[in-house]
Amino acid sequence: MTQALQTTALHALHTELNAKLVDFAGWSMPIHYGSQLKEHEIVRQSAGFFDVSHMTIVDITGADATDWLRYLLANDVARLGFVGKALYSAMLNPQGGVIDDLIVYLTDTGYRMVVNAGTRDKDLAWMREQSAGRAVTLTHRQDLSIIAVQGPEAIERVCQVKPEWAEAIRNLKVFQGLPFGDWFIARTGYTGEDGLELMVPNQEAEAFARALLSVGVAAIGLGARDTLRLEAGMNLYGHDMDDSISPLQAGMGWTIAWEPAERDFIGRAAISAEKAAGVAMKQVGLVLEGRGVLREGMPVNVEGVGTGIITSGTFSPTLKFSIAIARVPAAIGEQATVDLRGTATPVRVVKMPFVRNGKRQFV
Amino acid sequence: MSQIPAELKYVASHEWIRDEGNGVVTVGITDHAQELLGDVVYVELPEVGSNLAEGDGAGVVESVKAASDVYSPLAGEVLEINQALVDAPETANSDPYGAAWFFKLKLNNPADLDTLLDAQAYAAEVGA
Repeated sequence: MTQALQTTALHALHTELNAKLVDFAGWSMPIHYGSQLKEHEIVRQSAGFFDVSHMTIVDITGADATDWLRYLLANDVARLGFVGKALYSAMLNPQGGVIDDLIVYLTDTGYRMVVNAGTRDKDLAWMREQSAGRAVTLTHRQDLSIIAVQGPEAIERVCQVKPEWAEAIRNLKVFQGLPFGDWFIARTGYTGEDGLELMVPNQEAEAFARALLSVGVAAIGLGARDTLRLEAGMNLYGHDMDDSISPLQAGMGWTIAWEPAERDFIGRAAISAEKAAGVAMKQVGLVLEGRGVLREGMPVNVEGVGTGIITSGTFSPTLKFSIAIARVPAAIGEQATVDLRGTATPVRVVKMPFVRNGKRQFV
Repeated sequence: MSQIPAELKYVASHEWIRDEGNGVVTVGITDHAQELLGDVVYVELPEVGSNLAEGDGAGVVESVKAASDVYSPLAGEVLEINQALVDAPETANSDPYGAAWFFKLKLNNPADLDTLLDAQAYAAEVGA
């Protein structure tokens, strides 16, 4: 049975720009507007914008909001020192698996959370279940679009379009946002470049996107978003981790606030026990400097140690060879082999990110 | 909409075949195939002199998105391969029926050409 796909406020513009539209978690979204590789390069070299309005915005208000989020999330919202500050966190189940990864901002009325599109229904159900009996109100903000503007020139181009806000935008520090009337603008992103993510009232989204186009910011599809985030060594939910994977095995250990020790959060007992026993698997980067492309699902063999799996793999447009994120036995060294279409192919184990601000990071 | 030149022959696995006369054909992948694949980043070609049966693997096209096998549309011997395509795989996207030919085949039985799809039949195959 096919259901009609949901569309964003920019749907007509995508069509006008000859986007190749695909079904992404039930949404009709642009995968590219001609060439994924060219779009990737534009973001690394100048500026592009992405429609990511399929992602889910939830506002959290009420007297218990802070206490509840400190219980719901593995990172600690008490670390959000001022309005606009952002925090990346996992939301865990009691078994210590990752229900979702998300960003939460402190706002002047409470908190704002942005979760993934494909996890919307289960996230909202889980949050509603967990908030029962608490003075917490969850508001799904379907009235807002999200436009990410990313690249070395991104901030200046947005300032050009919104000169009245330019000074405040230029003063935003990394992982920091501000409300501008009904808009919310944060210096965050998913590309490894500088840039902004803007939450915009739906009825203003198309005019803003057209203004970006008029100052030379290109429309970028979700295909390039995936290669950009992979080069940046950033996880993609449902690929690099899911409900059955602990954050400790998915490179998310840094997002867990173990202190204060008395803060109880969902999943804490499970991942504390896992940590105490020694984490069996860990996340690493793999590079294949020869020909061929590493792909999700390919087994990774570590001689004398065991087997892991590639959780995301692609051809890196910046590096011109293949890179991958893999979950492998923690005792892995600097070498492994990947079964590449029937050929055991040596790959190198590296520390991620692969690319940051347009430049190769690993040695 | 993808291009399907009327003068070429086709197989359902998205290779095109140009009759060069004397039992020699040139083989490539169709515009429809390159559209499905997206940006091509590697191309592997068969070895010159190898004997291929109809439907044998005759190389690989890897795009950012996926890897896809190339099949020999007919039985024959590989006469020549397009090294320029290996060096500039993006040509498969920009010029699939021209500069991005894959290999030339000396057919075991030139009459086999009659078994291939014509442009109209291939168009029906891909729903074009």
